[in-house]
Amino acid sequence: MIPELGHFALILALLLAAAQAFFGLVGASRGNVAWMRAAQPAVAGQWVFLLLSFGALVWSFIQFDFSVRYVAMTSNSLLPLFYRIAAAWGGHEGSLLLWGTMLATWSIAVAAFSRSMPLPYKSRVLGVLGLVSMGFLMFMLFTSSPFERLVPAAAEGNDLNPLLQDVALAIHPPMLYLGYVGFSVAFAFACATLIEGRLDVAWARWARPWTLAAWLCLTIGITLGSWWAYYELGWGGYWFWDPVENASFMPWLMGAALIHSLAVTEKRGLFKSWTLLLAVGAFSLSLLGTFLVRSGVLVSVHAFATDPARGLFILGFLVAVIGGALALYTWRAPVLKSDAGFELLSREAFVLFNNALLVAATGLILLGTLYPLFMDAMELGKISVGPPYFGVAFLIPMVPLLLLLGVGMHSSWKRSHIGPIGRLFGVLLGAAVVLALLVSKFAYGQVHFMGVVGFTVAFWVMGSALYEPIRRGGNLRGLPAGFWGMTLAHFGVGLFALGITGVESYRIEKDISLGAGDVTELSGYEFRFDGTKQVRGPNYDAIEGTVVLSRDGKAFKTLHPQKRFYASGGNAMTEAGIHATPTRDLFVALGEDLGAGKWSMRVQYKPLIRYIWLGALFMALGGLVSATDRRYRAKLPATARAPGGTMAGEGAR
Amino acid sequence: MTPRRKRMIAVAAIVIGVGAATAVALQAFQENIMYFYSPSQVTGGEAPRGRAFRLGGLVTTGSLQRTPGSIEINFLVTDNAETIPVKYSGLLPDLFREGQGVIAHGKLNDGGVFVADEVLAKHDENYMPPEVADTLKTPQSAGGAS
Repeated sequence: MIPELGHFALILALLLAAAQAFFGLVGASRGNVAWMRAAQPAVAGQWVFLLLSFGALVWSFIQFDFSVRYVAMTSNSLLPLFYRIAAAWGGHEGSLLLWGTMLATWSIAVAAFSRSMPLPYKSRVLGVLGLVSMGFLMFMLFTSSPFERLVPAAAEGNDLNPLLQDVALAIHPPMLYLGYVGFSVAFAFACATLIEGRLDVAWARWARPWTLAAWLCLTIGITLGSWWAYYELGWGGYWFWDPVENASFMPWLMGAALIHSLAVTEKRGLFKSWTLLLAVGAFSLSLLGTFLVRSGVLVSVHAFATDPARGLFILGFLVAVIGGALALYTWRAPVLKSDAGFELLSREAFVLFNNALLVAATGLILLGTLYPLFMDAMELGKISVGPPYFGVAFLIPMVPLLLLLGVGMHSSWKRSHIGPIGRLFGVLLGAAVVLALLVSKFAYGQVHFMGVVGFTVAFWVMGSALYEPIRRGGNLRGLPAGFWGMTLAHFGVGLFALGITGVESYRIEKDISLGAGDVTELSGYEFRFDGTKQVRGPNYDAIEGTVVLSRDGKAFKTLHPQKRFYASGGNAMTEAGIHATPTRDLFVALGEDLGAGKWSMRVQYKPLIRYIWLGALFMALGGLVSATDRRYRAKLPATARAPGGTMAGEGAR
Repeated sequence: MTPRRKRMIAVAAIVIGVGAATAVALQAFQENIMYFYSPSQVTGGEAPRGRAFRLGGLVTTGSLQRTPGSIEINFLVTDNAETIPVKYSGLLPDLFREGQGVIAHGKLNDGGVFVADEVLAKHDENYMPPEVADTLKTPQSAGGAS
């Protein structure tokens, strides 16, 4: 009964999404106020029914309703409550329902918090969101309903993939989806702007907090995924350039470009059409990511769908959304001319560089991700693009990006005036190089070229981000939230660069064979293997190794890497033992019994790896702080700000 | 300089910078493309010498050889037509098993042995790498990679 109610609620939500799209778009074009107002209750209704539907699914999981195919596929009676709830989005159908629910949540938030927008504009935004929602709900109802029954009911469920039974991974998909779906808001703003042919740039101010919110959720989602891969996949990697990871990273890069470009459009009335294009691009890449992951064209842990009908539907949807938006863009964008000029070293120019480099990085990753699929589809051979390519393709735009970031942060709108740091930034750069050399030489004992470059840009960006707060001494009051957001996020970029450089330049990895009592040494740390024993978990049995870590003969930590065998079947899972400090991680994974009392093990020394995730969290925090800037909440009439009006005195972006 | 000229310079700088970066990236792209070959293709001499590629097939049942206590392992990969010996030193994936699909990254040595630096197994019970599945269906026509 409950699953049928969930299915029915899903159908009602689709009808309401259609109503929302119709009243929003047609009402606005006819200037019919009653219709435009009708779009809002439609949003609310759609949201309520999707929540009901999602609740029905979660309820089926909690109640072990194995007569529902999806529940039987992704959970079983031994699964603890928390993972039963998380299992609701552990598979294809449920994660789509989560997508839809989140889209409705963003939509209702837009409806509720956009009082300052003129009604026709808001209606169009809601209308476009309604269209997107219709696409997703139809996809779910026609190809992948989570409420499909099994006749007869299964006696026992299949279990959630043991890899996915983890707290970080339980919240990874919702955060990721919040980000993906959140770009639909920027997309809807862009479409509404194009439909109206708006010449002013008020829309950019309305769109900024939404874009920041989406981007920060995506940041957290990706970070959780990376962290999970590090400790759960068992091999100590934090990023694999797997197509599924790239699928989430490309919208992130594009979103980062969009955040910066929106600032220029809002403040200076420049890059108008470029910003619209980025907004379309970021959401298109989100949809492309969904297509790649859900259609089964890729091969990886995440790609659980292998039904061609689904792939075709998403592909069609993708073509409709991107094609429609680009057609709209081609038709309307020529109207949106930017009339103000800017100088070579103005903030506008730096944002332009930022955008060019971020988009270049996106393009190179897109090439590496799609090329193998293209070759395969054309029957030109089966290839894969190795991670070294992505490493190079990412580094080439990122090093100049970070070097420019250090200066760009302190540039002014409109004028070639680098601010008070002008005289100092040569000194800062020199200090960063010296510090990088010292750290490489004395902390890691070897001067590695890319290591020095990486540390230099990291120190340079962090120093530059801290410059303004330090210069102002104690007098930090009155600085807008936007300034703090920028400072935090850019400092995070520096931390991130620090972490990547430490790991990539100075990590040590060893696969070795150890018997009980054997010791291996890594960068001054001794790992002593003390044998294995059997242990029991709630729904698995495990072989647990004991590894004692010591330095200079003093033991400081005992790690217990495990090899788990889940009751539900088959696969062994590797559970790594990790000892983390602010300067390095020591990582031990248990391999297999090699006979003669020996075990294969992977031991690793990972300097500074925590700063990768810490830096990403700083970026997300920066986004959050920026989004709360008071300016976005101020109720200004849309005409109060002429296009190209300058706010150069404001300091922050 | 007029603002217009400055802007032209900025645009030119971006175009040159992006162009140069793209050239370097495409070079890296060329170097990191790894082709997939089945054992039949390797036997037929299609696989490159001295360059890394991916070898896929099934692990021949009973072919796993390891000196007890050593991390080095030898096994055979087959597409039911031809067989290639593989040598690997390191941790094997959890799902590595005899009779199962496997993809190995590495190079052929002079003795015709494939020295793998990475071994990937299927991700779960129901999954077979599509490349491997293709080669098994058509062992005589030497797989999908032409």
